[in-house]
Amino acid sequence: MNRRMLFVLAGAVSAVLPAIAAAETQLTVYTAVEAVDLDRYKATFEKAHPDIKINWVRDSTGVMTAKLLAEKDNPQADVVWGLAATSLLLLKTEGMLEPYQPKGVEALDPKFVDKDTPPSWVGMDAYVAALCYNTVEGEKLGLTPPTSWKDLTKPEYRGHVVMPNPASSGTGFLDVSGWMQMWGEEKAWDFMDKLHQNISAYTHSGSKPCKMAGAGEAVIGVSFEFPGAKAKSAGAPIDIIFPAEGSGWEAEATAIIAGTANLEAAKTLVDWSVTKEANEMYNAGYAVVAYPGVAKQVEHLPDDIASRMIVNDFEWAANNRAEILKEWQKRYDAKSEPKS
Amino acid sequence: MVLEAPHLPLIGKRLRQQASRDDRIKLGFMAVIGLYLVVALGAPLFVMLSKSLSTYRFELSAFEFQVSDETGANWGPVVRAADLNRELGAVTEAELSSNSDGRLAATKFFLDFKFRSPVHYRIRGTTDDAAFLVGSTLEKGTEWREYDSGTFRRVVLRPARALGFTNFTTYFSTPALAQSIYNSVLMAVISTVFTISIAFALAYGLTRSCMPLKGLFRGILTIPILVPSLLPGIALVYLFGNQGIFRDWLLGYSIYGPIGIVIGSIFFTLPHAFLIILTALSIADARHYEAAASLKASKWRTFTTVTVPGARFGIVSAAFVVFTLVITDFGLPKVIGGQYGMLAVDIYKQVIGQQNFEMGAVVSVILLVPAVLAFVVDRHMQKRQVALLSARAVPYTPKRNARADGLCFAFACLVSLFILGMIAMCQIAAVVKFWPYDLTLTSKNFAFDLMDGGGWAAYSNSIRLALLTALFGSVVVFAGAYMVEKADGFRLGRGVFHFLAMMPMAVPGMVLGLAYIFFFNNPANPLHPIYGTMAILVVSTVTHFYTVAHLTALTALKQMDPEFESVAASLKQPFHRLFFRVTVPVCLPAILNIAIYLFVNAMTTVSAVVFLYSTDTKLASVAVLNMDDAGDIAPAAAMGMMIFYTNVAAKLVHALIARGPLARTQAWR
Repeated sequence: MNRRMLFVLAGAVSAVLPAIAAAETQLTVYTAVEAVDLDRYKATFEKAHPDIKINWVRDSTGVMTAKLLAEKDNPQADVVWGLAATSLLLLKTEGMLEPYQPKGVEALDPKFVDKDTPPSWVGMDAYVAALCYNTVEGEKLGLTPPTSWKDLTKPEYRGHVVMPNPASSGTGFLDVSGWMQMWGEEKAWDFMDKLHQNISAYTHSGSKPCKMAGAGEAVIGVSFEFPGAKAKSAGAPIDIIFPAEGSGWEAEATAIIAGTANLEAAKTLVDWSVTKEANEMYNAGYAVVAYPGVAKQVEHLPDDIASRMIVNDFEWAANNRAEILKEWQKRYDAKSEPKS
Repeated sequence: MVLEAPHLPLIGKRLRQQASRDDRIKLGFMAVIGLYLVVALGAPLFVMLSKSLSTYRFELSAFEFQVSDETGANWGPVVRAADLNRELGAVTEAELSSNSDGRLAATKFFLDFKFRSPVHYRIRGTTDDAAFLVGSTLEKGTEWREYDSGTFRRVVLRPARALGFTNFTTYFSTPALAQSIYNSVLMAVISTVFTISIAFALAYGLTRSCMPLKGLFRGILTIPILVPSLLPGIALVYLFGNQGIFRDWLLGYSIYGPIGIVIGSIFFTLPHAFLIILTALSIADARHYEAAASLKASKWRTFTTVTVPGARFGIVSAAFVVFTLVITDFGLPKVIGGQYGMLAVDIYKQVIGQQNFEMGAVVSVILLVPAVLAFVVDRHMQKRQVALLSARAVPYTPKRNARADGLCFAFACLVSLFILGMIAMCQIAAVVKFWPYDLTLTSKNFAFDLMDGGGWAAYSNSIRLALLTALFGSVVVFAGAYMVEKADGFRLGRGVFHFLAMMPMAVPGMVLGLAYIFFFNNPANPLHPIYGTMAILVVSTVTHFYTVAHLTALTALKQMDPEFESVAASLKQPFHRLFFRVTVPVCLPAILNIAIYLFVNAMTTVSAVVFLYSTDTKLASVAVLNMDDAGDIAPAAAMGMMIFYTNVAAKLVHALIARGPLARTQAWR
């Protein structure tokens, strides 16, 4: 190595060292938030707290939950920021979450905060069940757009409805648990029996039905509002319909993983995740956020989504999930022969 | 890609000599690579098997209750849940077996329970492990806990872990799951019949007719190897989906389901079958045909008595390869399977959808059965194969026959059109703005960084994985094959080693991936640190594709006369000199074939890595899966095409090397 190389190297080292010294705590944060949003989250938080650095581990809700559970005996994450509340409840029942009352949590809408004191998770935003209706294909077939869940069982929609499979999609499960909480189990199964006649496919992801409706692969996609707005912006000929009876919903939430070596930094992150500033950031993608009064209308979506959300008992949903899915699979998954 | 080498090592009788120092070193090497196979294959599979036997059950004897009177101050006797249940029969034996997510309401044991009564309830475990939930808060241990009736309503018991076959009983009593076995076998059989027929016709045309453009067809027919198995699914959606160009061709049937699975399976298994049967047909002995001609046998009789028997073992081998590929494939049924349940997708649904690892393991074990059976039968058949090609064989040269040649040519054109059409459809889908409503061209589907799934980083990770797999895989596989073939003595060890090397072919990638989670994410495992790194992806990919690479290496090594070893030994040359001076140069074409085989497969593999990648090691093939999953089909097609082009480039580089510098070392041939 010649002298010039040494000089360059020394320069590089001295440039890097202070950067390392400043970023003292590294937090491993597991998330299911859309990939496009992650950079913004990270940048905004790290600007407010330059001494903490976020390392994202991102995947879909199902994969993330499976990964967290698989790592139960040897958790790799410090914080979970942006995972479905029911998934976090699952982790809570396994004793994997560290209860913590974030500073300023009182400002949040209480339906976005775990009922225990101190809470084990605090919410950020909500995604709300909605229908995507392809107007072009609907018109070709001479259909009328549905206005309620009950409408979906009309014979005219036979083979035109796509919904997520609750056994593989969190969105699918929030639909089913929503119907059960609205109508009671018996009526909900009745409804699903009829709906099943009209279903052309159960997908493995919650946003896919909406995109299939957008592409004309289906006329009606049972999905949630965000991919609907996104597809519409991209030019899909769809209407986003919120059924009259009300919509099931799921909160995205934040929690600390029990036994983290960076508890103080983790608390700082969770404190920040409930601030008004953070909620304004969530609003870029989500029409409903946990901090009341923050949400501004999102393009292509109505401004009253929050009032369409049903009263959701996450605990009931989590504790009955296994039983509901067993019954669901028994009724509908077995009938796997394709319709001819 | 399938390379030719369906032979067992010929364990010839050799003079037994004193194990020299060289032999001990060789055995040491063999032990190291054998250990690799045990750690990367045997142990994970064993852990997975034990996972499938781990069941969950509510142990009612582990919980005790105490109930107060109406004042809430005077307590009744302590009662066990088991005794209460014996009296009431509230919970049946079947309901007591559960899964890891099971919950049993405590109120079930109190028929007169009212949630707004002043009665208080106490509950405790009789063991330290007995767990119950109050709402969603986990409580454990033998301490009494007291709740008012409103809270007691929210108490649910958690099951304890046990060992047994309950998971399997549950599996077979769940119609939706058991149906998948039938579906998977049916799809595999149908696809196999179609694929083998088509592949045979094509191979026959290429070896027994004088049709033009043989080289071109050979190239086109191997294209499907270069794309992930999700891509034919995506192409079929665009071609025959509800908005597809040729939707009407299906006469109202849906492409989502068995039809799509079969067409897609034929597409991606065709090259495998074609290459094996082509090899089998090309070792024809012209003398047999001359004999048939002089006996005035009809064309058909010659075909059934000479051509088919000669290729019999190739056909059987190809059939098993296709069957195994279809039954273990996960990408295609996930994209286009619709509601048609298949085993490989069930594993995904159980693990990712419901976090039911035990049931995922059960499906994996079941999926192993047909694959292992197919494998065992195939091995058995191969043993009976005798060398058809003797030293005196005369190579067969087809004669011109305008009608037959034209027919073969037309058929090859048809199949090529099918393959190229599927690829072209994906390419079109990748550059169109919003199918089918806005057909203007765009490059926005290549802006992977804006999609969930991994972005351009995933693409470069894939290339890194492919290069590392090709590099380390070639070294490990070739060294292993060398030890098996050239080491003296220690026959048992070599047998075990060979068996381990043949195993991966029968193990579905999804099963391997799941086994890796169980094995490597155990904190007690000293190898745990590789979990979530590139290393585990390389290990799993090398292991997943070990068998074919191993067989290729063996075939190459068998061409070398064992005399080399004897001569080297008598010249007192250490074996490594012989190895690097003679063996490696002579086998270089085979080594390069192994490398390109591993590279291409590492680029396209999905099933083995879908559980194992982490954020830093996202892969392009997994990104295709995730983007399709999210409904971003056009970007998925775009990423699939990137994989395709990368593989084409790799093949070109391989061909250049093989023609240029390599040709010089092979001049002696």
